Amino acid sequence: MVRYIIRRLLGALAVLFIVSLVTFGLFMVVPVMTGASPAYLYAGKNPSPELIANIEHGLGLDKPIPEQFYMYMKGIVAGRTDLTDGTADGSRPCPAPCFGYSFRYQSPVWDIIKDRFPVTLSITVGAAIIWLSLGIGVGVLSALRRGGFADRASMVFILLFLSLPSYLFAILLLYVFVYGLKWLPPTQYVPLTESPVKWFQALILAWITIGFGSAALYARLTRANMLETMSEDYIRTAVAKGLPRKTVVRKHAMRAALTPILTIAGLDIAFLLGGAIFVEKVFSLPGLGLLFVEAIGKQDLPVIMGLTIVSSLFIVVANIIVDVLYSAVDPRVRLS
Amino acid sequence: MTQTIDSSASLPSAPPTSFLEVRDLHVTFPTDDGMVRSVDGLSFKVERGKTMGIVGESGSGKSVTSQAILGLHNSTRAQVSGQIWLDGEELVGKSSEEIRPLRGNKMAMIFQDPLSSLHPFYTIGDQIVEAYRVHNKVSKDVAKKRAIEMLDRVGIPNAAKRVDDYPHQFSGGMRQRVMIAMALVCDPQLLIADEPTTALDVTVQAQILDLMRDLQKEFNSAIILITHDLGVVAEIADDVTVMYGGRAVEQGSVRDVFYSPQMPYTWGLLASMPRLDRDRKGRLDPIPGNPPSLINLPNGCVFSPRCVYRDRVGAACVTDRPDLTPVSDTHRVRCHIPAEQSQRIWLNELNPNL
Repeated sequence: MVRYIIRRLLGALAVLFIVSLVTFGLFMVVPVMTGASPAYLYAGKNPSPELIANIEHGLGLDKPIPEQFYMYMKGIVAGRTDLTDGTADGSRPCPAPCFGYSFRYQSPVWDIIKDRFPVTLSITVGAAIIWLSLGIGVGVLSALRRGGFADRASMVFILLFLSLPSYLFAILLLYVFVYGLKWLPPTQYVPLTESPVKWFQALILAWITIGFGSAALYARLTRANMLETMSEDYIRTAVAKGLPRKTVVRKHAMRAALTPILTIAGLDIAFLLGGAIFVEKVFSLPGLGLLFVEAIGKQDLPVIMGLTIVSSLFIVVANIIVDVLYSAVDPRVRLS
Repeated sequence: MTQTIDSSASLPSAPPTSFLEVRDLHVTFPTDDGMVRSVDGLSFKVERGKTMGIVGESGSGKSVTSQAILGLHNSTRAQVSGQIWLDGEELVGKSSEEIRPLRGNKMAMIFQDPLSSLHPFYTIGDQIVEAYRVHNKVSKDVAKKRAIEMLDRVGIPNAAKRVDDYPHQFSGGMRQRVMIAMALVCDPQLLIADEPTTALDVTVQAQILDLMRDLQKEFNSAIILITHDLGVVAEIADDVTVMYGGRAVEQGSVRDVFYSPQMPYTWGLLASMPRLDRDRKGRLDPIPGNPPSLINLPNGCVFSPRCVYRDRVGAACVTDRPDLTPVSDTHRVRCHIPAEQSQRIWLNELNPNL
């Protein structure tokens, strides 16, 4: 078990290294090949050739590309002290994990990510609670009452939310609850530690947008898994033993039916932690997703690279957690 | 003594004297294509300490019957009518919740495929303990001791240790022993074994059958053994019901059915059974054709489209449905061929060639 986890972690490091290599290649090599140095992105309008040269030197862009990549990788682990903004006294200290300095914010990429992450975490946790409880609840109930009124009604809702584009849904929510009924103030993110009520008000529509859309998908998955499990031979055995229906459903059917759902949920949550781009944009929530959009718009290469690596980290770690949990739930899966 | 009764008789409502008596059982599944009559007027009796073998092809209604006795059919998808008397108690018409205290307790079931019939996520100990504790108010420790005792009784070596293993860690034969231990943990008076040896290899089959026979002596339970394997029936049953198209076509003691079968379908089953103790002729004689659709049963005798003796009787086979008619005190047959004639056919034409 411990050996398995160590091996998986080493594999994860390899994946992250490859991701870094690819992003580094894309964002550092391509501008050089097209003839424009990234220093131009950093320098602002109409820079003098000396300024460009200074910036290139300050950011290490004048070094050979393999060395740049080595410095970048080393920076993530150990931090960097060699960065400057191109002026004589413009030293840019960058403690580990160093993803470089943002071209736009003049601060270390890691600090910006750390600053924005609580917003995305808040969105993800709230949305996941909604979609898991609603999706699994509706899915289990409609499987148990297959063909009945509750099943048909929930299937209609599921279809509705699956086919309703989330951008339309988000804007409808905004229109009805913020501008129409005025139940909620125009969104302005406030940290949980500052004001839980305002934090909740700022996030609830984002939670509903992501939560309901995913809940529809999860309800369908759960229903299908549950129906399949309920027709398994071991469920018939459980009934034939004389167990109450409640025990049959909860202990025997749900455990088997929900295990694969939790696997998918783990990966979905990890994906969302990398930034809920669209929802953050619509509800003006300054999380990682919005940061990503801004960074792309402003060609803030270090931020784009940093975010890419951090979100792949989430996915890779979630994969390991899900696999380990799966083996804990299903004894047939042996980790070796 | 086990006896068979005529299904066409009008149904008495008085509780029977037999331990288990099934009277005119019908199980119908409404589908978009029509009514599937899986069991159509089946009756039989089983006493404690005796074994009833139910034989027939796939789709003849054997398993549907056994699940009807335990009340395992989904009431929204299956219509069950008739009477099932278990120890003086009528089960048809009872809700699932009313039958539940009997399941696993007074009547228990062993299923065909022990791997898929055991929950993959729980240890066999947990599953047996669960079966015991649902009917007996005892602590987990007491139940676990009981589970180990049962595993030991059904011949699982090192039971105290293996009780904490998962189903996938057992071989097929051992898994079936686990299923039997689980079924017997509450000392059921009726044990229904639905093709208990089908998924096992032959040497293991024999062990499992021996085990069932020993346990029956020990617990004096009634057994319903469902199988398509006539060899298994000959081995341990006292009485036999041959089913075809949801009906009993021949019922009687093992002697009756194996030594003087009177129904062409039974002849066909016997002829298609490989035997080593007779001269090996070139081939087995399979029954021509396929089992009937349970939605559109043939007119007349349900077996008539496949019956090679049809022309010895004439039109009745395709126009009139024969009744289950007694040919002796213990033996009933559903066939238009007159009893003396069918005896002649069996003795002169078939038996010598088997």
